[in-house]
Amino acid sequence: MNIAERQEEIIGEFAMFPDWMQKYEYIIELGKDLPLIDEKYKTDDNLIKGCQSRVWLHAEKTGEGLVHFTADSDAIITKGLVALVVRVLDENTPQEIAAADMGFIQAIGLHEHLSPTRSNGLASMIKQMKMYGLAFTSAQGEMNP
Amino acid sequence: MNSTMEEEISKVQSETDKIRDEFPILHQEVNGHPLVYFDNAATSQKPMKVIEAITEYYTGYNANIHRGVHYLANLATDAFESTRNKVTAFIHARENREIIFTSGTTDSINLVAQTWGRQNIHSGDEILLSMMDHHSNIVPWQMIAEEKGAVIKVIPVNSIGEWDLSDIKNLLTSKTKLVAVNHVSNSLGTINPVKELIQQAHALGAKVLVDGAQAVVHFPVDVRDLDCDFYCFSAHKLYGPTGTGILYGKSELLESMPPYRGGGEMIKTVSFSGTTYNEIPHKFEAGTPNIEGVIALGAAIDFAIELGWENVAQHENELLEYATAKLEAIEDLKIYGTSSKKVAVISFNVEGIHPYDIGTLLDKQGIALRTGHHCTQPLWDFYGVPGSLRASFAVYNSTEEIDLFIHALQKALTMLR
Repeated sequence: MNIAERQEEIIGEFAMFPDWMQKYEYIIELGKDLPLIDEKYKTDDNLIKGCQSRVWLHAEKTGEGLVHFTADSDAIITKGLVALVVRVLDENTPQEIAAADMGFIQAIGLHEHLSPTRSNGLASMIKQMKMYGLAFTSAQGEMNP
Repeated sequence: MNSTMEEEISKVQSETDKIRDEFPILHQEVNGHPLVYFDNAATSQKPMKVIEAITEYYTGYNANIHRGVHYLANLATDAFESTRNKVTAFIHARENREIIFTSGTTDSINLVAQTWGRQNIHSGDEILLSMMDHHSNIVPWQMIAEEKGAVIKVIPVNSIGEWDLSDIKNLLTSKTKLVAVNHVSNSLGTINPVKELIQQAHALGAKVLVDGAQAVVHFPVDVRDLDCDFYCFSAHKLYGPTGTGILYGKSELLESMPPYRGGGEMIKTVSFSGTTYNEIPHKFEAGTPNIEGVIALGAAIDFAIELGWENVAQHENELLEYATAKLEAIEDLKIYGTSSKKVAVISFNVEGIHPYDIGTLLDKQGIALRTGHHCTQPLWDFYGVPGSLRASFAVYNSTEEIDLFIHALQKALTMLR
């Protein structure tokens, strides 16, 4: 599935929840289910500083030239949101990631989490993921942009 | 329950309803639930009286103040200056020229740091702050300390969230030039014993600035009784508009301080061979001020006084006790700041759950709380957590709202555990 198809799939899943609390129950489940990052990558270098919840992001290039992301957060709702973003962008080419339109967040009504005032690190994380995409595009094969 | 008690409770409810009717913003739904606004320490809501004061100014007598000879300019000047008189009475200053209008508490503190501080703080001098101070009462002093080579000392906090004064003799010494502390902690609600500290500071020749941002809405403040040298607060935490604040300073200090910002209004005469400055308070009020904000602050002070301090204290204490008891009954919930002397602010965390998660789920149920470090990072470093949830109550809140909050909190915890 490409980035657009993955987003459509998530939009379809969220359409099944009639109210806010059910949406959040699902996000919390996503957050609880996924051990997202290897502990050794939970370093300050990989920390995206939000004001309140912290997000760690690690990127590496696979043998096929795709970018593999792992991430984590100390807040479970943020972690659930992070899981959704990783699901959309993971294992795509650097070019696809850099150019991705993340419209699904708006479509499922979670764009409030992207506003700078929420300070949950999610907006910064998406920006950082696209930076990795750009960096991997320009410096083919390098691990650290 | 006997009939007198029932009568008493219904009387309190109808009083609260009457007050709530003055705040149109409270009567709305958020995410399909009635709004419960418990973020009053961040900013209070505004009564109609304050909103109308702004509208009346712009629809009836908008004009620039002080310089005009025409009718509207006189009306606007009178309304603006009448707030100065109201503030003078409100905090019991000696005279109205001790009241400087600023853009808020932060602006007031920066004014003192950049004028009195730059003039009086020198290399090796000490500035005494406390661990529970707001960043806006830390950073301006760090800036001046760095510039001058002065040293910042910090009063620690004990386990119940009060100043730990056991080592005060080593913290407050003849080297101390200034003590700058908050009257009430925005994160914990603790009412600090500022009067005693001011006496000790004065005995050693230090000046004292009190950050009263969190105090003035909860209890009467008397700057002469406190004998503080500077007192700062914001209109917006006192039912007034944002962008307006007060710096009180003893007149002899204000007179000795150099001007802060240059511009119109703050001068006596201007020529290229030299400019003379205006008298206080105008010396510190360069440019066109926030006229509608100052006028509306006058209406906010009228509103606060009409409420009656005893009524405010009684109602807010009842809310504090009621909410504290309900929160203490929740498993693994820890309250930070349990001093017997505190205003209606409760900071708390639930073990193993990030405050951001709880705050998000409360918001979805119409409950407005604050989560995070509340601009007091050193305090949370001391507690070893990144921050907390904070419920802060105002005179228009009710025990019914606390019930809604507790119910929503329990639902959030069920989802998160």
